[in-house]
Amino acid sequence: MATGRKPSVREAGTDLLRIEDLRIGFELHGEINEVVKGVSLRVPPGRTVALVGESGSGKTVISQSVMGLLPKQGVILGGRILFDDPKAAGGPVDLAPLDRDGSAFRKLRGGRIGMIFQEPMSSLSPVHTIGDQVSEALTLHHGLRGKAARQETERMFAAVGFRDPAGAFERYPFELSGGLRQRAMLAMALICRPALLIADEPTSALDVTIQAQVLKLMKDLQAEIGMATLIITHDLGVVANLADEVVVIYRGEIVEMGEVGDIFGAPRHPYLRALLKATPRFDMKPGERLVSLRDVAAPPRAPEARPEAGPILTVSGLCKAYGARSRGLFGTGTGEAIRAVDEVSFEVMRGECLGIVGESGSGKTTVGNLIMRARRADAGRIVYHAPEGPVDVLALDAAALRALRPRIQMIFQDPVASLSPRMSVLDIIREPMIIEGRRDVAAQKALAGELMLRVGLDPRFLNRYPHSFSGGQRQRIGIARALALRPDIIICDEPVSALDVSVQAQILNLLKDLQAELGLTYLFVSHNLAVVHYMADRIAVMARGRIVELAGRDQIFANPVHPYTRRLLAAVPHADLARPLDFARLALGNASDPASWGAPFAARPGESLTFQEIAPGHRVLACGPIIGEQAA
Amino acid sequence: MLRYLFRRVLIMIPTLFVTSVLIFTVMKLPPSDYFETYVAEMQAQGEKADLGRVEFLRTEYGLDQPVHVQYFRWITGFFKGDFGYSFEYDLPVRDVVGERLGLTVLVSFCTIILTWVIAFPIGIYSATHQYSWGDYGLSFLGLLGIAIPHFLLALVTMYFANVWFGISIGGLMEPQYFNQPMSWEKFKSILAHLWIPVLIIGAGGTGAMIRKIRANLLDELRKQYVVTAKAKGLPPRRVLMKYPFRMSLNFFVSHIGDILPTIVSGAELTAVVLSLQTTGPLLIRALQSQDMFLAGSFLMFLALLTVIGVLISDVALTLLDPRIRLQGQATK
Repeated sequence: MATGRKPSVREAGTDLLRIEDLRIGFELHGEINEVVKGVSLRVPPGRTVALVGESGSGKTVISQSVMGLLPKQGVILGGRILFDDPKAAGGPVDLAPLDRDGSAFRKLRGGRIGMIFQEPMSSLSPVHTIGDQVSEALTLHHGLRGKAARQETERMFAAVGFRDPAGAFERYPFELSGGLRQRAMLAMALICRPALLIADEPTSALDVTIQAQVLKLMKDLQAEIGMATLIITHDLGVVANLADEVVVIYRGEIVEMGEVGDIFGAPRHPYLRALLKATPRFDMKPGERLVSLRDVAAPPRAPEARPEAGPILTVSGLCKAYGARSRGLFGTGTGEAIRAVDEVSFEVMRGECLGIVGESGSGKTTVGNLIMRARRADAGRIVYHAPEGPVDVLALDAAALRALRPRIQMIFQDPVASLSPRMSVLDIIREPMIIEGRRDVAAQKALAGELMLRVGLDPRFLNRYPHSFSGGQRQRIGIARALALRPDIIICDEPVSALDVSVQAQILNLLKDLQAELGLTYLFVSHNLAVVHYMADRIAVMARGRIVELAGRDQIFANPVHPYTRRLLAAVPHADLARPLDFARLALGNASDPASWGAPFAARPGESLTFQEIAPGHRVLACGPIIGEQAA
Repeated sequence: MLRYLFRRVLIMIPTLFVTSVLIFTVMKLPPSDYFETYVAEMQAQGEKADLGRVEFLRTEYGLDQPVHVQYFRWITGFFKGDFGYSFEYDLPVRDVVGERLGLTVLVSFCTIILTWVIAFPIGIYSATHQYSWGDYGLSFLGLLGIAIPHFLLALVTMYFANVWFGISIGGLMEPQYFNQPMSWEKFKSILAHLWIPVLIIGAGGTGAMIRKIRANLLDELRKQYVVTAKAKGLPPRRVLMKYPFRMSLNFFVSHIGDILPTIVSGAELTAVVLSLQTTGPLLIRALQSQDMFLAGSFLMFLALLTVIGVLISDVALTLLDPRIRLQGQATK
């Protein structure tokens, strides 16, 4: 399988972690299915090694075996995992034969080897404070308790960038944004200052500026603690910016391995080259399609509907505030309300794709929810231009709202959580039709089969349950469900951020094709600029609840005016060693903090920000005139 | 929090009012009342009923009054501690229920404790050793407990106790102690009798509880945060108790509401078979003979316990789960 560069493992003795000919199988019905087939790799002390591969390639299984966290069915069939702890006497320890729950392994786990996971929400217990969960490791490995443990934990919280470390100690995970949760995870993994950090897709669930900050944080802490990092990812942009060495794994075998410069300079293995092609880039030509590794062909169809020109949705002055948490048991305290959506106005044209980009907490998802009437807006107007005439969405009563609902549908971020595991695919796709009382059972079933074909799935799978599908397939089911009522508008809330690059390419292409065939209008909410660049006709950039810049796609990428947009673009990690992230500039605090924007973009006392048109269709939020050189 | 509590208590008032009206309506629905049934029964046996006394009781308890007046008398009595008069026993309801209520609570309380003590370790074992022989065996026993009706188990136990050991296991104490003041001898007698009904009634509940704990814990064990806890190097047992077990308690706490009413009613048939001096058989008899105040007051009491139980559950859940405590301002 290996072509060209032979995977080579250098002399023992210098490596912190050395995996030799590791084979891991999963036992199912008495048979062993080998998923890791003789893998050898090494992590030198203090360096960062990236293990690259798509889901199912076995990369996570390798990390689990190093941590002793293999699921019950997982068996190490052969090979050695040598961990050479510089702080321990007696040379390397082979972790493979160690008892996973034994005390020797437990001392290493969390103490000398830390791990962070992809999903910071589900990886933290929802009913314990993060302070409790982080300091626990400290108590366990260093015997620190009470005040000492708390101090050390708060120091760590400060190191990972919590603005209020003392307050953070008492917070529950659901009270934190995704970025902060991942910082808490990082704090948990690093609190004992391990020699090796294993990071399993640490930033795939985060948005760009946060991702850049977490990457920087990992780099800084790595230097400070002097640990090595094994980072597992499918994002080549992350690899280019973080790794010293790269190991590419495909179907349980290592296909390419070497210094990061060699790998990016001349990728030899077809898999790696395909992976580079499936990644959306900013320099794609108009009309260029992503090439997914395995194209799932939905039969091409002629366009069924040609959307007429004109707006389909007009949003003006939309506002929504959330009350801050009150402290104390009886407090109805008046914490500062957070303005999640603040004076947001935009138009969506019929048949276009409007992208909304922003950090988590920028209010982009709330805008989607407000349009769906999943939440109630405090102020503003949302007008849906139905064929029968304009409809004021926010003023609808329950019956009229019900009539509107089928017109606007949603595709969700998490393809696992957004499908009920207890319903068959048929029931999932039929449910909207049942709720709306559309057609009889036979016609519903026929349409469900039709929709399956449309999203590139076999209609024979209708009787299966979601768990028997992969992430990408589940997202297709979610799309079929959204299409079931033939909506005009689909709000796509981060539809591909939980998917592999190669699968992401498939889903994006599918969404594009469906839009062309059915004349759909998309409101595409995402934190991934490259994805929005690929999908959207026009892009709105949101920060702190406001749209700061709104322009056509090419305008915004060629000529970003607002400082926040510029920072957002600067934070995108490119899968290109020639364009590394400028970590030094990223250090300049929080990108979405208006104070850092400077004149004329920050509000001055007594003056309010207004939307100014600096070029046809290019509007920027500012206070006072935007001077030529800034606009240029 | 206080406001939440206050609101919840306030909501209980209309709930209980509606329940009481329903109970009263049901009690009044049959075309005849206790006295008519009584007179008819007497005549059928060829005896003369004391019609004068019947008439006196009717007037005394307002049964000749319009229905709403009767309801009002009945319901206001509750606030004065007067639960009405049992015609069948010729005693105030309070005295009829008397010692039986205490005994019932005792039996039920012991049963619940026994259920928990057995079910929790087994449920946790079954969940953590899913599909092992231990899991299969224990699940089989639990299912057996669910499948066999209590009263049948009671009958079988009684039969074999008699055949093999030649003892009678009915009752909660030797009959001579019933309705006597508590004494050391009586206490010993109760203890000697208590364990059999507790075991029999507990069998089914334990089985059901094991299944519930197992299912809930299994759901939690699959979650990612369990892996995180392990990755910190926590010993398996501490991982289990601090994270998934704690989460699975949510379901358990929300069931406290169901448990409270079963403390006084529940397992009536078993009580009849084993001739336990509890309230269960009393309620059945009262319903059969249309002894309206006894039955009505009893049902009202159950309703009150249910409402209080649900309140306790909700408050406990709020305290246990920060997500409920701190979130939950759903809007449309």
